[in-house]
Amino acid sequence: MSLADSVLAGDRRAVARAITLVENGTPEGLALLRAIYARTGRAHVIGVTGPPGVGKSTLVDAVATAVRRDGQTVGVIAVDPTSPFSGGAFLGDRVRMQRGVVDPGVFIRSLATRGRLGGLSAAARDVIHVLDASGRDVILVETVGAGQAEVEVMELAHTTVVVLAPGLGDEIQAIKAGILEIGDVFVVNKADREGADRAVAELRFMIDMGRWREGAPGPWLRPDEVKAGHEPGAVSTGVRAGGTGAAAGGGGAPGDGTGAGPAGWTPPVIKTVARDGEGVGELVEAFRAHRWHLARTGGLEARRQRDAEAEVREVLLARLVAAIAGDERIQRLHGDLVRRVAARELDPHSAAEALLEAVRTERS
Amino acid sequence: MDRPIRVLVAKPGLDRHDRGAKVLARAYRDAGFEVIYTGLDRSPEEIAEMAIQEDVDVVALSILSGAHDVLVPKVIRLCREAGADDVLFLAGGIIPDEDRPRLTEAGVAGVFGPGSDLDEIIRFTRENVRRKVPR
Amino acid sequence: MAKAEVQRPGTGPGEPDSERREEFRTLSGLPVARVYRPQDVADLDYERDLGDPGQFPFTRGPYATMYRGRLWTMRQFAGFGTAEESNARYKYLLEHGQTGLSVAFDFPTLLGYDSDHPRSEGEVGKDGVAIDTLADMETLFDGIPLDQVTTSMTINSPAAILFAMYLAVAEKQGVAWDRISGTIQNDILKEYTAQKTYIFPPRPSMRLITDVFGFCSRHVPRWNTISISGYHIREAGATAVQELAFTLADGFEYVKAGIEAGLDVDSFVPRLSFFWDIHMDFFEEIAKLRAARRIWARELRERFGARDPRSWAMRFHCQTAGCSLTAQQPENNVVRVTLQALAAVLGGTQSLHTNSMDEALALPTEKAVRIALRTQQIIAEESGVPNTIDPLAGSYFVEALTDTMEAQAYEYFRRIEQQGGVIPAIENGFFAREIAEASYRHQLALKRGDVTVVGVNKYVQEDEAPQPILRIDPGIEKKQVERLRRVKAERDNARVERCLKELAAAARGTENLMPYILEAVRAYASEGEIVGALKDVFGVYREEPIY
Repeated sequence: MSLADSVLAGDRRAVARAITLVENGTPEGLALLRAIYARTGRAHVIGVTGPPGVGKSTLVDAVATAVRRDGQTVGVIAVDPTSPFSGGAFLGDRVRMQRGVVDPGVFIRSLATRGRLGGLSAAARDVIHVLDASGRDVILVETVGAGQAEVEVMELAHTTVVVLAPGLGDEIQAIKAGILEIGDVFVVNKADREGADRAVAELRFMIDMGRWREGAPGPWLRPDEVKAGHEPGAVSTGVRAGGTGAAAGGGGAPGDGTGAGPAGWTPPVIKTVARDGEGVGELVEAFRAHRWHLARTGGLEARRQRDAEAEVREVLLARLVAAIAGDERIQRLHGDLVRRVAARELDPHSAAEALLEAVRTERS
Repeated sequence: MDRPIRVLVAKPGLDRHDRGAKVLARAYRDAGFEVIYTGLDRSPEEIAEMAIQEDVDVVALSILSGAHDVLVPKVIRLCREAGADDVLFLAGGIIPDEDRPRLTEAGVAGVFGPGSDLDEIIRFTRENVRRKVPR
Repeated sequence: MAKAEVQRPGTGPGEPDSERREEFRTLSGLPVARVYRPQDVADLDYERDLGDPGQFPFTRGPYATMYRGRLWTMRQFAGFGTAEESNARYKYLLEHGQTGLSVAFDFPTLLGYDSDHPRSEGEVGKDGVAIDTLADMETLFDGIPLDQVTTSMTINSPAAILFAMYLAVAEKQGVAWDRISGTIQNDILKEYTAQKTYIFPPRPSMRLITDVFGFCSRHVPRWNTISISGYHIREAGATAVQELAFTLADGFEYVKAGIEAGLDVDSFVPRLSFFWDIHMDFFEEIAKLRAARRIWARELRERFGARDPRSWAMRFHCQTAGCSLTAQQPENNVVRVTLQALAAVLGGTQSLHTNSMDEALALPTEKAVRIALRTQQIIAEESGVPNTIDPLAGSYFVEALTDTMEAQAYEYFRRIEQQGGVIPAIENGFFAREIAEASYRHQLALKRGDVTVVGVNKYVQEDEAPQPILRIDPGIEKKQVERLRRVKAERDNARVERCLKELAAAARGTENLMPYILEAVRAYASEGEIVGALKDVFGVYREEPIY
């Protein structure tokens, strides 16, 4: 049986090996992706993000358990930062995950951010494809909501959940990190702690403010009007528009079912105590409701288009960069052109034109 | 660019002496490895499952309870049964000299007792990783 | 001490003003000056800061006569295999002049697993004695009258259960509870920060502890209800200052918990005891012990309003540092242990465990244990050291170092307070982070050679002859599992079930749990069953990983 067949059959050893291959962008990995691609696109991809210390991993574990209880299989991708100094990484998620019995219905893989060609999101997307093709019903992607790269990873998800906890000043951090805008569902975890209700109230207020600010055609629509269903047409948050450029490229069509405000979707705020499983059932229900909402409003189809476009563009860019880096002559030309641009002897457009020409002739 | 070596630092058994495991994990990270730490109190089945799913190149087992004679061979057997036959296994902790041959026989490539030099462990790991590290 | 540093003495005639190192530091990183002078201790006030032995603030010792009255208790930690084998080892130690027992339990017992639990595989009897039910405890103390020994039990999360078993053995021997004495470690806070043998979350764990405080103050008045331990914090990689500060902070937390549980401070604090690790840096360790007594006395009197001098006087056990032992050239460990034991005695310890030279390799052999015990006996009876109390008092260096340790401990108290206290600091990983950082720094210092360990990073010897070590018979596990099966078959299972149900119900309320645990133990409920009943109510604790 080929590796691809084994992956499609859900063999865990094969899935693990396949992830290594695609993660490292090896030729075998590319061949594998070709072989399995037709069988992807079925899983519900859920992004989980939030500041450190709010209990994301414990929550992911609890969600996985709840999803398993309903008979569905789960894949988890836990993203942790690579140290810029050593190139090494602690992939610490395992410590809190998957306790006790080994459940073949849960597959967890840690992913370091590394300095990846084509960006972290491209690698994460390929890992999602492998898990998806292996038959996982739900794929949870967990990141520390810190940087742009992580925000981009969250854009791969159908449903994004932003996790906060009371008493850490997270609300402020969340705003700073720009992760408030990307939530489809909000969670206040560790809700048995003091200040949980206040955190929920503040979040609700901020979500309403955010929708009022971004969603309205003018700054004149009041929060209660938004709630009443006066949804604006064009919903495109600052983060998304400025992110991968997907929105600017035309994929971010009105009501594409992503972001903080697809038509008719008010992000719920759910209290959980992940450690004890409290509120987790409700959370899983919210995930399903959001997916159902996307399907009903055409959001799923819209983002399938958008994703395809973004993916092709990402891969294209990565391949182009690789083509330049991989050919000594072109690399020399590249260096030379850059110098000339810097010296204002040449404009960047002409330089790019010359490089494209060089790649083209190299290929033929 | 070479991909980083992936290592699972594992604490089998019930002993909770994780000082050595954590120092080793940190040293591996600082040496450019991608480190997955199992946390305390892991059964051989859990460790083997993590090694498989994470597709690691190395499993470094730290154990100070004296149960190494039972637990270390069990982890290796479970990994191999699941098809992970090209993993480098290391063992550390309180392991008497006379137990070493049995661990070696079970598939442990290197045994590092108390006072082992971290650089030496890292060098040994790099030189003995069994899977070729693809470009 | 900083004062001493800037005032370097002039060089003598013809003597070069160069030193072996750029700077000298204690093992924990405190700077050490070339020489100390009266001005380094100019602020020292004898009555206020030292006091006579047995007098506030007890810097010089908790008792007026100290070792001139009674030597410290020589208490060697031991336990392995089945209860029969440990019982034989205890009798051997008592015959050789040991004066107190110290029970080491195996990992399954420490963590509340019975010997037949899947997670116990390969662990039973390995690192201590395996105890599942009262039947094992009866065997462990067979032929040892409990009113004639003092017993220390190193047990924490399930301490109340093992203690209940001990009380039940006393009942069976016909020894009244007010005539037994000893210590249970029962120190859960340091488990979360260092040793990690926790089972339940912090808050219910604290309740079990205050239940033991309350129960003992009424029924077992001579029992030390807790041994607040720096040992494990230090072994996890902490510095001497961190050990001092974190342990005292834990101590204050227990005092607060007792008061909050409605106990009068002077009713339980006199039964609190401490447990310190004695590492290689001789003077630093002595200063640590002296500072600990002084801080405790002041805080208890001034912050907690204790009126009974027995609440002010800190009593403690010491153990030589296990982490200072080397697997290389293990005979050298005898010398290390001697120095550490001497520091403990000069620091005024009430009891002492000296490590055996082969403990970096495995459990100690009988010969190694004997040498370790003889080390204490030589210090006690040949060296003359115990003949006068606190002979280092007034030493410019030791007093300055004692002050520094105290000041640094208060700095940590402030930082812990800033985070809302000990439990929030546990929950946000503060202690674990501080210890991990110190541990890693020490490792780097070793690597660079800033810290010397003879035989490991200096004076290394190739081709060492293997040492004989104690092996645990792998058949023990089967034997113990079989024994447990027999007990379960012979006991009244309906009674066990009833006791466990009643215990769980009480755990949901606020009653003192000791009477319920005792009932379950008397019915031969296993440790695992009792822990299981409590887990159902209390839940289990998981730590966040910190490197």
